[in-house]
Amino acid sequence: MFSRKGGGAPLLFYREFPNMTASATPEETCSQETDGPPGDLAIWIFILAEMLVFGVMFLVYAFTRANQVELFNASQLTLSRTAGAVNTLVLITSSYCVVRAVSAIKQGMSHLCANWLSGAILLGGLFTSIKLWEFSEKFSAGISLESNDFFMFYLMLTFFHFMHVLMGMTILAFVTAKARRGGYSAQNHVGVETGASFWHMVDLLWIILFPLVYVIR
Amino acid sequence: MQYKSQAVAKPYFIAAIGLFIGQILFGLIMGLQYVVGDFMFPAIPFNAARMVHTNLLIVWLLFGFMGAAYYLVPEESETELFSPKLAITMFWIFLVAGALTIVGYLAVPYATLAKITMNSLFPTMGREFLEQPTITKLGIVVVALAFLFNIGMTVLKGRKTAISLVLLLGLLGLAVFFLFSFYNPDNLVKDKYFWWWVVHLWVEGVWELILGAILAFVLIKITGVDREVVEKWLYVIITMTLITGIIGTGHHYYWIGTPGYWQVWGSIFSALEPIPFFMLTIFAFNMVNKRRREHPNKAATLWALGTGVMAFLGAGVWGFLHTLAPVNYYTHGTQLTAAHGHMAFYGAYVMVVLTIISYAMPVLRGRAANCEKAQVVEMWSFWLMTVSIVFITLFLTGAGILQTWLQRMGDHPMSFMDAQNAIAIFYWMREGSGLVFLIGLATYVTSFFIKGETKAI
Repeated sequence: MFSRKGGGAPLLFYREFPNMTASATPEETCSQETDGPPGDLAIWIFILAEMLVFGVMFLVYAFTRANQVELFNASQLTLSRTAGAVNTLVLITSSYCVVRAVSAIKQGMSHLCANWLSGAILLGGLFTSIKLWEFSEKFSAGISLESNDFFMFYLMLTFFHFMHVLMGMTILAFVTAKARRGGYSAQNHVGVETGASFWHMVDLLWIILFPLVYVIR
Repeated sequence: MQYKSQAVAKPYFIAAIGLFIGQILFGLIMGLQYVVGDFMFPAIPFNAARMVHTNLLIVWLLFGFMGAAYYLVPEESETELFSPKLAITMFWIFLVAGALTIVGYLAVPYATLAKITMNSLFPTMGREFLEQPTITKLGIVVVALAFLFNIGMTVLKGRKTAISLVLLLGLLGLAVFFLFSFYNPDNLVKDKYFWWWVVHLWVEGVWELILGAILAFVLIKITGVDREVVEKWLYVIITMTLITGIIGTGHHYYWIGTPGYWQVWGSIFSALEPIPFFMLTIFAFNMVNKRRREHPNKAATLWALGTGVMAFLGAGVWGFLHTLAPVNYYTHGTQLTAAHGHMAFYGAYVMVVLTIISYAMPVLRGRAANCEKAQVVEMWSFWLMTVSIVFITLFLTGAGILQTWLQRMGDHPMSFMDAQNAIAIFYWMREGSGLVFLIGLATYVTSFFIKGETKAI
């Protein structure tokens, strides 16, 4: 279903949920038993639960900020927006790699799929390195969870997201290994779509997190 | 029974039910002591009754978990248990050590028990739920290690399934976190901080893995649904459990002297703890709806579905009621906590142990399911116990709300004891529900002795 609008369509808008009445193409019928979101249904339940967790955190952040706008704005200035912006680009690019990986496997090209996935994992590694550098900058400046409410949220939100990037990389690593062994095919690649869906969630969360914590004043 | 060695589960289940009866009797005694303060004094003072009530609960659930593991791991691993003899030896050690400890609580004052067991050499006593003498705690560690070794070796030599791995992870966590009961720092904040690593990370962490694994096993057996489907659910549920439950420990760190950020972390993550329980309910009903066979054991199916619903209500909804820091500021340590505790323990852990007993006991006694009459009686006991725990919970919730209001809000807050007097009516009604629970439990035990026509396996 990733291929409905082609692999090169703009990120986040490149797929739509299929019309329930539309007839599925033979390829879809093979790769999935029923119409529905790409990948395993279980990952979508998980993704929705995760989005709820982050959603609640974003809300609590917003309400806490509303009470201490000046403190939040002043502390926000100490963050490196450049690092955040670069990381946004890195994650979006990695999502692009994942999109290419899915369209590769739909054409039965296992090795190409594995290569694109490896690219995504490498970019995930770059993201985590930049994030670690940011963390170490903050820690060496003596900032901790107890510095003030802004930094508590900054550290909590970005660290929790950081853990999700690591988890996403682990999932993609398993998918890559299986793809290299030729474990997926044009007909059967639910696993690739499942990993891709999770990775896009990780990306999407950062796309909200970055402006929320680094930029919006 | 597919493997002979599964039979070692039977004494564990019987002991579990026996201790369960003891737990309920002491619950009734202390329930009455809430309103008749000197009932049975000085023979059984309130603090001793309370220790026995809570310790018996934990011990019989552990017996149930171990029995469940001994029953399901050989079947999952498709091999005999590594050492049935070790399992039986450990059963007797655990039972005797447990019984002696309870006798100790009842026979001598707690301070004397501490002296007799030489607590001063390595002090670990005196903390809620971890009241056991140090020597008992060491015994628990020995039993847990031998048990893990036995189960681990069985899994290693046989088929490795998601269910047995999740179960093993849960049991391993149970053993590891219990080690924090030996850490007893002088600093009260640290003491409480790590005390929760046993208490919270057990019931809102690793025990949930055990619960998930046992329920998944029974659901596969009674519904015949594909293992892959069940395993997928199991993974999603336990991941959510760990994500919300581990940081959710923070809801115990609001007022004990830990940094303020715990109020945010604890509130957010524990507010989401109902999610995995909700998934568990959906999971159980989904599997039963998609069943591919009509298993003759209807009672086990009822217990399995009941576990999902009651765990969600008791652990999920009643936990959420008072988990947010601004709410907990007023409700902390009131009867609301007791309300949540009763329904959560019953809904999640009592019911899952009764589920596996309901499924496994007939098989251990040589039949696929009990006769229809026995099952009807068992289902009556299900409703009696479940409905009465719901009422216990509702009465305690009423008591808790009123207590919070009288004692901590309003212009003229009452003293603790005045507030207790004012809510006495709720305690009486709770005691009444408790009696119905006891009748339900008696009905449950009776169901084991009803004979009739059964199908052989």
